[in-house]
Amino acid sequence: MVPILEMRGITKTFPGVKALDNVTLAVMPGEIHALVGENGAGKSTLMKVLSGVYPHGSYDGEILFEGQPARFQGIHDSEAKGIIIIHQELALVPLLSIAENIFLGNEITRHGMIDWPETFRRTGALLKKVGLNEAPQARIDSLGVGKQQLVEIAKALSKKVKLLILDEPTAALQENDSATLLNLLLEFKAQGITSILISHKLNEISRVADRLTVLRDGATVSGMERSDITEARIIHDMVGRDMANRYPHRAPEIGETLLTVNDWCVFHPVHPDRQVITNACLSVKRGEVVGIAGLMGAGRTEFAMSLFGRSWGQKISGAVTLGGKQVELMNVPQAIRAGLAYVTEDRKALGLILDESILRNTSMANLQGVSSGGVIDANRERKVAEDYREVLGTRTPSVFQKTVNLSGGNQQKVVLAKWLFTDPQVLILDEPTRGIDVGAKFEIYSIVNQLAGQGRGVILISSEMPELLGMCDRIYVMNKGTFVGELTKEEASQERIMEIIMSAETSWPEHAKAGSV
Amino acid sequence: MSGKSSVGAYLKNNMRQYGMLLALVAIMIFFQFMTDGTLMKPVNLTNLFLQNSYIVIMALGMLLVIVSGHIDLSVGSVVGFTGGLAAVLIVNQHWNPLLVAVVCLGTGALIGAAQGYWVAYWRIPSFIVTLAGMLVFRGATLWLLNGQSVGPFPKEFQLISTGFVPDLLPFIGTVFGMKQFNGIAFVLGVALAGGIIGLAVRARKRAATYGMVDEPFSFFVGKNGIIAVAIIYISFLLATYRGLPNVLITMAILIVAYMFVTNSTVVGRRIYAIGGNEKAAKLSGINTNRLVFLSFANMGLLAGLAGLIFAARLNTATPKAGVSFELDVIAAVFIGGASMSGGVGSIVGAVVGAFIMGVMNNGMSILGIGIDYQQVIKGLVLLAAVIFDVYNKSKSH
Ligand SMILES: Nc1ncnc2c1ncn2[C@@H]1O[C@H](COP(=O)(O)OP(=O)(O)OP(=O)(O)O)[C@@H](O)[C@H]1O
Ligand SMILES: [Mg+2]
Repeated sequence: MVPILEMRGITKTFPGVKALDNVTLAVMPGEIHALVGENGAGKSTLMKVLSGVYPHGSYDGEILFEGQPARFQGIHDSEAKGIIIIHQELALVPLLSIAENIFLGNEITRHGMIDWPETFRRTGALLKKVGLNEAPQARIDSLGVGKQQLVEIAKALSKKVKLLILDEPTAALQENDSATLLNLLLEFKAQGITSILISHKLNEISRVADRLTVLRDGATVSGMERSDITEARIIHDMVGRDMANRYPHRAPEIGETLLTVNDWCVFHPVHPDRQVITNACLSVKRGEVVGIAGLMGAGRTEFAMSLFGRSWGQKISGAVTLGGKQVELMNVPQAIRAGLAYVTEDRKALGLILDESILRNTSMANLQGVSSGGVIDANRERKVAEDYREVLGTRTPSVFQKTVNLSGGNQQKVVLAKWLFTDPQVLILDEPTRGIDVGAKFEIYSIVNQLAGQGRGVILISSEMPELLGMCDRIYVMNKGTFVGELTKEEASQERIMEIIMSAETSWPEHAKAGSV
Repeated sequence: MSGKSSVGAYLKNNMRQYGMLLALVAIMIFFQFMTDGTLMKPVNLTNLFLQNSYIVIMALGMLLVIVSGHIDLSVGSVVGFTGGLAAVLIVNQHWNPLLVAVVCLGTGALIGAAQGYWVAYWRIPSFIVTLAGMLVFRGATLWLLNGQSVGPFPKEFQLISTGFVPDLLPFIGTVFGMKQFNGIAFVLGVALAGGIIGLAVRARKRAATYGMVDEPFSFFVGKNGIIAVAIIYISFLLATYRGLPNVLITMAILIVAYMFVTNSTVVGRRIYAIGGNEKAAKLSGINTNRLVFLSFANMGLLAGLAGLIFAARLNTATPKAGVSFELDVIAAVFIGGASMSGGVGSIVGAVVGAFIMGVMNNGMSILGIGIDYQQVIKGLVLLAAVIFDVYNKSKSH
């Protein structure tokens, strides 16, 4: 069989970085081809080369699509050939409807005017194909990420697609949404559509991939057939060594209680009569890693952000003690001074100033720490940034690099550095490993363990249950804005957590309604 | 890395910074040549500073506003209003000029604060708030002045703008063997140049102790050498005329102060952070509302100062004073490399941008080019500068 796609000797350099170095990739017709590698290995860059985001001439090497040399000048050229890419960052317009988004740039017109009936009809058909039960007129911002991802796929299907590229489509999805999406891919495969799937979730890859290519530091290191694919082998090739454990070992030394939160109640910022968090109580001890499990929409982020200086919601009530003393956390500066730090789940929108350097992002939450009398000491600031780069192993040519140019894992390390530099007593980590490769995950877990070892408290919010089970000394289960269960490390298991969530799902609604009126 | 390639790489990375400065120098040389040397004649040079002082001063405040992600369209009207207020109080009401100056500065700050209040705490887009302010204060100026020009001002008030620093060191002229030579202007120029070099050397030494020097030595010497020579040369030229205009001193102090604030202080850094990503800044413990509010109040204060200087310079307050100044000020900031979406820009850039506009105004006027062509050319220069910026940025990606 001849490959539908061959990329040969692709080399792409950015100022100071060789992102791709002589990469080869061959994809067979009708297969699901997985592309894996650490953060910054060059996966997204390779796909941008393929789809013409980086036009022909800005890279070296050659691309053959269906046996023909392809020299795309832009994304239009590649789409015309049937190569459709869904980027790592969703590219939907939040205030437009599903139908408008799907046909954006490709509007169906009659006599120069948009043919709405036909647009809605075709959108309806596409939504059925991807199994999304929403009206074509529904606005994008009314949908969750999982459904938005399906809209992206419907959009891809609206074009004549031969090769579908998905760059980390499931990074922000819950397990069941991910499963829906992967099943869809398998269905497309049955219809003869070839796909390239980039993901850091190795279990998904071993489930659906027919073949896979591993990239490391911008070079192809290996390829595997379906029969040889095992998670251990993938990891070995990705990081270049064996990893015996996914979670670093820690001997917990748990001390006295550090943080307590009592009867925490929060209302929605826009709808003041909608209660989002109801009487949540939680405690964290010194040296303890406490997890919060729950489904998407359970209110975990809302709980954390409202706690962190009332950054979310209104009409907030409840009592907080830190180190045995009652504290008021009316705004973020107060929360930081009290010793709280919150690492957001959305590092691009809420964590980083993307156009600023690593250096400036690192010092942002603690400028007092690098200044005296309101004047910043540039050398001290640089020293701090360099030190954190070294301690956290951030991979970058220099601390003056803009954070927008870093890969996901390295961006996360910069956000971590920012908060570590505030010297927090309690660190709240919200989905800290989303979109991050196994190696970097391990490094971040090690940092978490180190922090706990120093007698700090860590709250870990995660949608990945293995991560919670592997890292936490105690796990709270959240459902519909309150804690419905608490498990010790020994008691906790995936099944127990799901059981608690399910029984809460069925028993809670009446009560929650009553509480919200 | 070889020395040569590192110089090249450094230049490439800092193209932004040097590009505009080179453009200013090129424009000056061009007009110097075209006007047969009139541009750099001491009397014209003095004029150039006087003419542009209020634009430069307002560009300092506008830079902060634009960096924080906003815009202030009202500054031209505020110039008119504060100038008018000064005229009414001094000429008609016979108040003490010093007191009036304080009142006018306060009024400017208050106007800025009022607008900043809506922008920062009510989240009304600054474009709209200050567009309203532009109309309101233009109207208020007309009302205040009854539609007429009010003047002239007493001598003391005019000194704000047309006064010169008295020569405390007249003997220096005799050293040079020149009859008319303002010693203090030259000495201050040399001292400033020396100070800049001293500070630069100190900063480089300190950086070296951390092992963190990236500017190639040749660049370091070249850049500071050129700056020092330029300052000394300009102060020499000024000395051969009437010395240092008071306004130049005010302007220089303000420029240095704002450079310091934006480059080295916590407040300055936070304003950049707000423009870069307001939500992230807020979650990092930055009081974003207060800083936006303050940057507008500060803009108003500087507009008030510009209003005083402008009225003193014309020696009368007219209802039309300051019309379309906001455009020159905003253009200066963008020519200087600030970004429309906030978070990017520098004081040096804004000042250079203001002087690019100023030198072109001045040069074209000397050449007798009509106001029609002048506007067209200035517009094109603004566009070209921003295109240059965008092009540079896309190339480095
Ligand atoms: N515009 C750019 N300018 C400079 N460097 C860049 C740019 N885009 C990417 N890079 C660098 O190229 C390398 C490859 O990045 P790429 O985004 O392809 O990685 P990735 O494998 O997709 O990582 P992730 O899993 O985090 O998405 C990284 O080192 C990154 O910092
Ligand atoms: Mg990527």
